[in-house]
Amino acid sequence: MKPRLKPGLSFTLLAAALIVVPWILRWADMEYCLTQLTMSLYYAIVVLGLCLVMGYAGQVSLGHGAFFAIGGYTSAVLTTCDVSKWQTAAWLGWIKQSPFCMAREDLFGNPILTLSPWVAFFAAMALAFVVANLIGYPALRLRGHYLAMATLGFGMIVNKVILGTAFTGAADGINGVPEWNLGLGLTVSGKRALRIENYFIASGLLLLLLVLLHNLVRSRVGRALQAIHDRETAANAMGINTALYKLKAFVLSALMAAMAGVFLTHYTAGIGPSEAGALKSVRYVALAAAGGMSSLWGVTGMSTLLNYMSLRGLFGSYDNAVFGLLLIGIVSLAPEGPLKPLARLLRRFVGACRPPNAVGPDAARPDNGPARRASDQTQCLFP
Amino acid sequence: MKRTYLLVAGICALGAQCLTQNIHAAAGGDSIKIGAIFSVTGPASFLGAPEEKTVRLFVDKLNAAGGIHGRRVELVLKDSGGSPEKAVSFAKQLIEEEKVLAIIGPSTSGETMQIKALCEENEMILVSCAAAEVIVNPTAKYVFKTPQKDSQAVTWIYRTMKDKGVRKIAVVSSNDGFGAAGKKQLEDMAPAEGIEILANEVYDKQATDLTDILTKIKGTRGVQAIVNWSIVPAQSIVAKNMRQLGMEMPLFQSHGFGNRKYVEQAGVAAEGTLFPAGRLLVVDELPDNHPQKALLAAYKKDYEETYKEDVSTFGGHAYDAILVVTEALKRARRPDRARVRDAIENLKGLAGTAGVFNFSPTDHTGLDLTSFEMLTVKDGKFAIYRK
Amino acid sequence: MESGNLELQYFLSGITKGSIYAVVAIGFNLIYSATGVLNFAQGEFVMLGGMVAVTLARFVPLPVALAGAVAIVALVGCLLEILFFRRLQRHSILHLVIITIGLSIVLQEIALHLWDEKVRSLPYFTGNEISSLKFFGAAISPQVFWVLATVAVTVVLLHIFLKYTLPGRAMRAGSSNPSAAMLAGINIANMRTLAFGLSAAIGALAGCVISPITMTHYEMGAPLAIKGFAAAILGGLGNPMAAVLGGLMVGVLEAYSVSRLPAAYSDVTVFAVLLLVLFARPHGFWGRPGGESVREH
Repeated sequence: MKPRLKPGLSFTLLAAALIVVPWILRWADMEYCLTQLTMSLYYAIVVLGLCLVMGYAGQVSLGHGAFFAIGGYTSAVLTTCDVSKWQTAAWLGWIKQSPFCMAREDLFGNPILTLSPWVAFFAAMALAFVVANLIGYPALRLRGHYLAMATLGFGMIVNKVILGTAFTGAADGINGVPEWNLGLGLTVSGKRALRIENYFIASGLLLLLLVLLHNLVRSRVGRALQAIHDRETAANAMGINTALYKLKAFVLSALMAAMAGVFLTHYTAGIGPSEAGALKSVRYVALAAAGGMSSLWGVTGMSTLLNYMSLRGLFGSYDNAVFGLLLIGIVSLAPEGPLKPLARLLRRFVGACRPPNAVGPDAARPDNGPARRASDQTQCLFP
Repeated sequence: MKRTYLLVAGICALGAQCLTQNIHAAAGGDSIKIGAIFSVTGPASFLGAPEEKTVRLFVDKLNAAGGIHGRRVELVLKDSGGSPEKAVSFAKQLIEEEKVLAIIGPSTSGETMQIKALCEENEMILVSCAAAEVIVNPTAKYVFKTPQKDSQAVTWIYRTMKDKGVRKIAVVSSNDGFGAAGKKQLEDMAPAEGIEILANEVYDKQATDLTDILTKIKGTRGVQAIVNWSIVPAQSIVAKNMRQLGMEMPLFQSHGFGNRKYVEQAGVAAEGTLFPAGRLLVVDELPDNHPQKALLAAYKKDYEETYKEDVSTFGGHAYDAILVVTEALKRARRPDRARVRDAIENLKGLAGTAGVFNFSPTDHTGLDLTSFEMLTVKDGKFAIYRK
Repeated sequence: MESGNLELQYFLSGITKGSIYAVVAIGFNLIYSATGVLNFAQGEFVMLGGMVAVTLARFVPLPVALAGAVAIVALVGCLLEILFFRRLQRHSILHLVIITIGLSIVLQEIALHLWDEKVRSLPYFTGNEISSLKFFGAAISPQVFWVLATVAVTVVLLHIFLKYTLPGRAMRAGSSNPSAAMLAGINIANMRTLAFGLSAAIGALAGCVISPITMTHYEMGAPLAIKGFAAAILGGLGNPMAAVLGGLMVGVLEAYSVSRLPAAYSDVTVFAVLLLVLFARPHGFWGRPGGESVREH
């Protein structure tokens, strides 16, 4: 066995790295980068969820953008729709005093009364949960291309409904989404003054979900999903309820996408229909592939990095082309993701300079953790 | 293993490329930075691409002529690909990082609305190239736009209809921001103008054939004319399918028809189409003493010589946007954002491609009804419509 | 207009759209039955066909331009197979799907930067933009008949090719039992290349005949591919005739949806029906169940 870090330690290291980033950026006088970094951390949550479905359960989903949009749009609609026009309704009397509502001013100083972001958040999660179950239950019984088509079709439906419906803002989307006071003095908001705070909210959320998934894939559920991924029929024969496990993974990842949608919508103060587009869903798949599909760490890292570059406009007019090339390049050259061969290379390099059995410095790199699972398996096969 | 090296090398090259690009962008010196966000690629590229070309051309010419008060203008151009989240990210970048003097664009109203509040909060001048009325109504202190108002286009269309004795119409529009905004204006203004909308349909911007929608309109009794409000190529399909179905009623298009490509695509079916537009398309017909004549002719000539393609009104909106910012900058004398903003509000009688701009604290479009001309298509060419 | 004629007009409008989807779906089917790959980049072949033909038509007569476009795109198809799929035979469906999606995006971007964002189109093969044929008061553009004729000829030729010629039979053998085919001396890799080239050619031809109706621009491929894909699955994968029927069904469904619902939701109707069919009868209306396991239970 190669030396490996205890998961606890690598999470601590990652957390430390995430905490250090703002200070480094402040030192370099590049604090503005945190805006794009925060956004890409939220997008990384979507890709992380997708990684569970694609990398672990082995099911393709070309409709994850739709779940992101369901989360974002539900939250945006509920927190921007002025309920005070139903002032006369009797039920509004008490609801107005309750914490469910929030009175505020819009951009032009007009008072409006909307639902509180927390209510919207739970509504969004509930809707995503229901839709994910409704779609996932029949769709996950399909295989290969049929599943791809079903999820793609679902994404198209959500996209066209958003485009064709007036209260979702049609092609313009929704803007003017208020900030979200999470409590404990934390607020999800795109304001410049709250930049560092929001970066920590995003990275905290990502870390939390990463720990959750890390434990999940190493539990009974994770082993079941892995079995499904490798040989579905065999897994079934072993008594694993494959349909149930696949559905659970799908719903969990849909919820993660929706959650990212809610947070990002509050962060950017708006959402547009392109979030539900097929190209967006495909982009999530590309990012998952770039991170090696079944490596939580790799997926998180690559997706944050690439989205960050894209959001900073580094690819210019070649943005889509870069992602397309990435899809082709990675799947045809290194289907296990580019990080794994990289780690191997590094390990070999370090192994050449150091006596065997010493703990190489590369093992301390958090990126290294991800690459191990599959290579461990091969090592078991060829000791 | 060779492949892996290849991949690693590729990724490193990509990273290096990005770094150098960053450093390159950081070098500027004593120039004045103006930001621009256009959807050069993606679903709105037919707007963003000519806009980007126009602005580049304008800035190159300006710098070749010595810049403004001896200082070069540096353009920081971002391609949003039509996605709002990128527009937000880029706007923040331009505000916080590049600290530009003003932002030009975005191309679509959806993106503009997403960053309107952001620019207002950060006191960043935004001169949008999108047409929707909500951008400047209600007025935000720092937000301007250059395309003519939808309501003015609707007024022109409804008045021409009344001249022709048309009272009952059908409206079709595309499912993008431009279509939705126009549809709303058409609906809102119809009662006051005595027009009745009998059918109202929205089609997909990537539609391949629209005979079904037109059949629905054909089956609606009493329709005397069709208004199509869209900016996408599909509007040529409306014209073609109408004539194929043998519908002889007049077809009105929006000012989004202002691109010769669309007329070419519709061929003979476009003959007789009526639409309000700025004078860029009919510059040859203008009398020599018209205030816009010289500017329009120069822009058309420069653009067509440089890029070997027909000039369109979309590029014209970007021309106006950069013109407004640079003119205001000249009058403000120094690149101070608040002063430039005030200068924009005080711009009077500035001839642009869309019309003659007269900004005021309450009017951030600066164009009135006379900026439009009712145009028609005659022998495959644009011509001024005369009764 | 009488209501009977109106219904007929909706039907003809559905046929117009449907013929477009059908001609795209045939190409899908061919690659699928010969290689088992569902090629998401099929729509880009259609787009490229139109683009190349429009460009060539400026210099040479229309028929030559069409032939040139078909030949060039067929070469592109072969090249893509050799470059990207030849080494991937043992990869999972997930990987193949991802690669074709990646190809679709990249081809689209190449087209954007090679040409530009503008729309263009070929002239109508017969008549012009306003000519139409009338049936009992309902009208249809003559170009639709060109499309339908292309569909018919392609299906018949494909049938003959796959059933009665040696390469066609080899192609089918290669897909139904690769190892046996290999033992029988069939070069499977070459057969796959041939299949890619052929379906690219069919796609390019489709792109040419539909260009006067739909116009050609760099972004047209993906939506057409999705609809063609839907058509192929509705009809039943692996059977060209079913793909054609599926295409026509999708078109008529759209037109019918427009007649009853706001037009903005016509795509919603199509995909909702598609999902229902997938969930209830995944092998499509005319496909045979069991040919490939689409479902696990």
